Amino acid sequence: MSAPSMVWLTVFFVIPTLLVIAISFHAASPDGGIGTEWTFDTWRHISNPNYPAIIWRTLWISAATTAGCVVLALPCAFAIARMQKKWRAVMAGVIMLPFWTSFVVRVFAWRLLLHPEGFLKHLLFALGVVEPNTQLLYNSGAILLVSIYSFLPFAIMPIYAAAEKFDFSLLEAARDLGARSFLAFRKIFIPGIRRGVISATLMVFIPSVGSYVIPDLVGGKNSELVGNKIYQRTFPDRNLPHASALSALMAIGVLVPLGLVALLLKRQDSKEALRLAESNVSKQRGGAV
Amino acid sequence: MKRNPFPLVMLVLVLTFLYLPIAVLATNSFNLSRFGGTWEGFTFKWYGQLINDSQVWSAFGNSLCIAAGATLASCLFGTTAALALHKWNSRLQNVHYGLIYTPLVIPEILMGISLLLTFTAIGMDCGLHTILLAHTTFCVSYVTMTVLARLQDFDDSLIEAARDLGANAWISFLRVQFPLLLPGIISGGLLAFTLSIDDFVITFFVAGPGSSTLPLKVYSMIKHSPKLPVINCLSTVMLLLTFMLVLASRAFQNIKQPKTLRGA
Repeated sequence: MSAPSMVWLTVFFVIPTLLVIAISFHAASPDGGIGTEWTFDTWRHISNPNYPAIIWRTLWISAATTAGCVVLALPCAFAIARMQKKWRAVMAGVIMLPFWTSFVVRVFAWRLLLHPEGFLKHLLFALGVVEPNTQLLYNSGAILLVSIYSFLPFAIMPIYAAAEKFDFSLLEAARDLGARSFLAFRKIFIPGIRRGVISATLMVFIPSVGSYVIPDLVGGKNSELVGNKIYQRTFPDRNLPHASALSALMAIGVLVPLGLVALLLKRQDSKEALRLAESNVSKQRGGAV
Repeated sequence: MKRNPFPLVMLVLVLTFLYLPIAVLATNSFNLSRFGGTWEGFTFKWYGQLINDSQVWSAFGNSLCIAAGATLASCLFGTTAALALHKWNSRLQNVHYGLIYTPLVIPEILMGISLLLTFTAIGMDCGLHTILLAHTTFCVSYVTMTVLARLQDFDDSLIEAARDLGANAWISFLRVQFPLLLPGIISGGLLAFTLSIDDFVITFFVAGPGSSTLPLKVYSMIKHSPKLPVINCLSTVMLLLTFMLVLASRAFQNIKQPKTLRGA
């Protein structure tokens, strides 16, 4: 019964992924195809001065997006987890709803808001926050803002899932013992839901690294990300090996944190299991005595 | 104890942040003003222009066909996958789960380019058929996860009861398990349909010249056409379509399963 899905995903997911890696070790042929000989040249070109700046920008924007999303998600998840059960389900639906809508449409909505003649510009100008000629669009700030907007549901959901299982009487205990509410939030709540925070970090960081539509529609010429470069190498330049090498690099950037976290959680699991086993043993011993 | 109002205030602000752009977009589709900075009066003019755009209609037709095909195929693969994952707990199924799970987390652009390279390598011209293959691939994971969630609430003793009463494996699946799973399959199918209708990045890579879907059409209008208000209208229509599909999917997800045997 597992055959249909496994065969399909092997043909359309595993083999294509391996192909990307293989093609990155070929050179481009002049007609826009792929050369037959194996070579390291493509990878050597990746280290040319153009790319490191783009890779660096992709990483810092992704890191900042992740930080922004987690910081916004924490109080939201906390608030939802404290609601009545009926409201929790409704809120989870309301938070996730924008995620299902078309990505292009959502990014376009921001393009409209940030447009020099747009709603937000008018509003900020009326409030005296911006000068008439401040450019809100086509820069790294716009990418960051729209990225946080787009990926925020990915941060709220896992943190909320963890917060739902959190024992809120611990917070009351901490406050009874004199902790102010923010201190209790920081010292008790956040460590209690750290798993949710870890998966939120991954769920936001990964799509940010792979971002293409956002930098393409609200970023400018000086704020290209790796995703833009992959597109540019694939279509306008028709240099498929270059595009492959960049994609392989992006895959590494995504899979390394994923693997590290999986390893970390596994170790934590075994530690917790060990602690649990030890406490059981000591309980039994205690009972025997 | 008095609760700190800060988290609730943040939640309200974040919800405003999430929905304000969508609300402004939808409002502006009725705005006479071209850029929507100010309100210049109510109009259906832009919707009229949208309805008369034949390219939009053909993109809409393409989107519907691809979404329908990808939904059917992914429901088939996703349901069998979920049944296998639920039934067995083996090393093979661990690999299987990895195969289903990974497409959910990797960036879309990677799937897009890897499929494009594959189609190029085997000399297949890109068009609607390659979009259909690509959409089926990413939809399988979503359907599997939705059906798997439903299977976790499934009472396996119902099957045993059917078998005890003389039904063979096939009949007990068809008459007992499948009807109970159906809401989960429909719910997953509706999500697959939504994802397929709304997908841009993967479609963009494997579409090839000449074949357009709704998101590709919106994108090319954003890039090349000065008719901003018409894009607002098209976007609003797409948002409404998605909202309805997701609400329908949730309604199916919430259909309760009988718990008679376990309860007794």
